[in-house]
Amino acid sequence: MTLVYVEYQDGALTEASQSALSVASMFGGPIHAMALGSADAEVLKPYGVEKVLHVADDRLNTYAPGAAGKAVHQVISSQSAETVVAASTASANEILSRAAALGDWGFASACTELSVDGDVVNLTRAIWGGSLFQEAQLTGSPKLITVDPNAFAPQQATAPGAAEVEAVSVALDDADFVDQLKAVEKGEQQGIPLASAKVVIGGGRGMGSEEAFSILEELAGLLNGAVGGSRVATNNGWRSHSDQIGQTGTQIGPDVYIACGISGAIQHMVGCKNSKNIIAINKDAEAPIFQRASHGVLGDLHEILPALIEEVKKVKGV
Amino acid sequence: MDILVCIKRVPDTGGRVNLTSDNRQIDTSNMEFTISPHEECAVEEAIRITEEQGGEVTVLALGPEGTTEQLRESIAKGATQAILLQSDDDNWDAHATAHAIINAVKDKKFDLILMGNEAADLGQYQVGPRVATMLGVPCATGVKALQFQDGNAIAKRQDGNNWAVFELPLPAVVTVKEGINKPRHPSLRGIMAAKRAPLEQIAMDAPAPKMVHKGLKLPQESGDQVTMLGEGAAAVPKIMETLKELGVL
Ligand SMILES: Cc1cc2nc3c(=O)[nH]c(=O)nc-3n(C[C@H](O)[C@H](O)[C@H](O)COP(=O)(O)OP(=O)(O)OC[C@H]3O[C@@H](n4cnc5c(N)ncnc54)[C@H](O)[C@@H]3O)c2cc1C
Ligand SMILES: Nc1ncnc2c1ncn2[C@@H]1O[C@H](COP(=O)(O)O)[C@@H](O)[C@H]1O
Repeated sequence: MTLVYVEYQDGALTEASQSALSVASMFGGPIHAMALGSADAEVLKPYGVEKVLHVADDRLNTYAPGAAGKAVHQVISSQSAETVVAASTASANEILSRAAALGDWGFASACTELSVDGDVVNLTRAIWGGSLFQEAQLTGSPKLITVDPNAFAPQQATAPGAAEVEAVSVALDDADFVDQLKAVEKGEQQGIPLASAKVVIGGGRGMGSEEAFSILEELAGLLNGAVGGSRVATNNGWRSHSDQIGQTGTQIGPDVYIACGISGAIQHMVGCKNSKNIIAINKDAEAPIFQRASHGVLGDLHEILPALIEEVKKVKGV
Repeated sequence: MDILVCIKRVPDTGGRVNLTSDNRQIDTSNMEFTISPHEECAVEEAIRITEEQGGEVTVLALGPEGTTEQLRESIAKGATQAILLQSDDDNWDAHATAHAIINAVKDKKFDLILMGNEAADLGQYQVGPRVATMLGVPCATGVKALQFQDGNAIAKRQDGNNWAVFELPLPAVVTVKEGINKPRHPSLRGIMAAKRAPLEQIAMDAPAPKMVHKGLKLPQESGDQVTMLGEGAAAVPKIMETLKELGVL
């Protein structure tokens, strides 16, 4: 049996979980799904889900990774699941890590390719923030796997399943909820969020100072964009870390990313690889960013940007 | 408060990555090594906490001999002890790594164990929660703000625009993300002292992974060529044209 651990957001099955459901048929045998808290079983039918295992413990309605991990561990054991699949999300990776530790099981996270060869699953995982891939094998039973939702498009099964709901009981103590979510504090959002901006202007070491970022702010203002930076810019204190683009920062996907004085280290580029266009401004013709950008301008950004801003102002009539 | 920080030595790859001829690892000739920004912040956080509250910081790394460089750098910043679990093997999955860490520290007492949310290279998102579960202590992951109140760790992680708040009795495991603090640079004095600091070295047996490492694969290059728009301020008309074509002007 293959168990798919699915997640819902505001009552709706997440798209990432649809990706996870889509790979389940590859492992052969019946597909069962499991969700914590109340879950809509109907939406699971098209994915060939035969049974929906419902863990009847209302305490799990609030995120509690320790208790959830224990519940998942118990369900995997009692239902004799051979393979467990989920989407590679922060919550699923955390919960499956806990289940894996309790069972002393193998767990491959962030998989981008999977194939089954008898008792072995051959897999490819996204590593280094997605700039490189690891090939590995998972052996033993059960095998826990989370899949990178970007690598597997949601796909319905050839035949729908009954998605029959079956209550499963798990034994959880109050102590298992010791690290449950306590509260949610509202953050404040200022300006255009970097992650969803249509235009991003980024600055790196080549900016030279915190003050120099005011020209990027000005250009971003004119183009309705957001300002970001490299790790050098955040490490130097020129920008706050929330503006960092890259492996350990934010992933951006704008129509246009204008990267100024940024060399193009792979850890930076994985953060902007979903940009439709990258215009790189760099004074070094050998800078790696010119290998990954769609457009390049060679030269000193301190000359180019003010001249560009003048022209943009003319067009905008400001 | 006595704190254990787990760090990992990884190559500082820069702009281009080549693989070794057997495609098993990154070709690190002419490369420097570093630790993940997340773990650098874990070290910083630990040093800050002990500066405020007293206690000692132990850094632990599982890796090859060269890892002493990253351990000494942490000592130079203010960690008091370092443990190297020495292994040249490249087949340590999260399961085997968590077991090795637990084994090494089972006779020691820590109030807090700090790790990165995910390692820079393998990024399994597992070692922290696995260690916590095996020790039977609470855990919070992806933490970007950490405080202490009445013997509890108040750990916050970003959830979109909101903050998810967890309150963990100690001892606990907390995995952090870059941005929780701004790591310091080691002082010259620290660097000199770290050179002579004793390190505890434990030679490791070959790992018994559940996920067996087979090799690495580079992503497919798009093959698209960059369109050069010109040099210096003379390129501005072309940039303007491009911005119009791309629909942002
Ligand atoms: C595990 C790990 C995670 C990391 N995560 C991130 C991350 O999330 N984000 C990130 O950005 N980095 C990250 N890094 C760091 C990354 O490897 C690079 O060190 C960093 O991106 C370099 O920043 P930079 O391009 O601004 O600086 P540099 O590499 O120093 O490049 C500066 C560039 O500016 C150009 N320049 C200088 N002056 C001018 C001028 N006047 N006009 C035009 N061009 C000029 C230079 O030619 C050069 O190409 C990570 C590293 C590791 C090991
Ligand atoms: N070889 C190692 N030595 C010490 N700590 C490690 C090692 N591998 C992983 N860790 C710690 O566990 C965290 C998560 O690793 P991972 O689960 O591989 O993403 C890292 O950020 C480190 O803090």
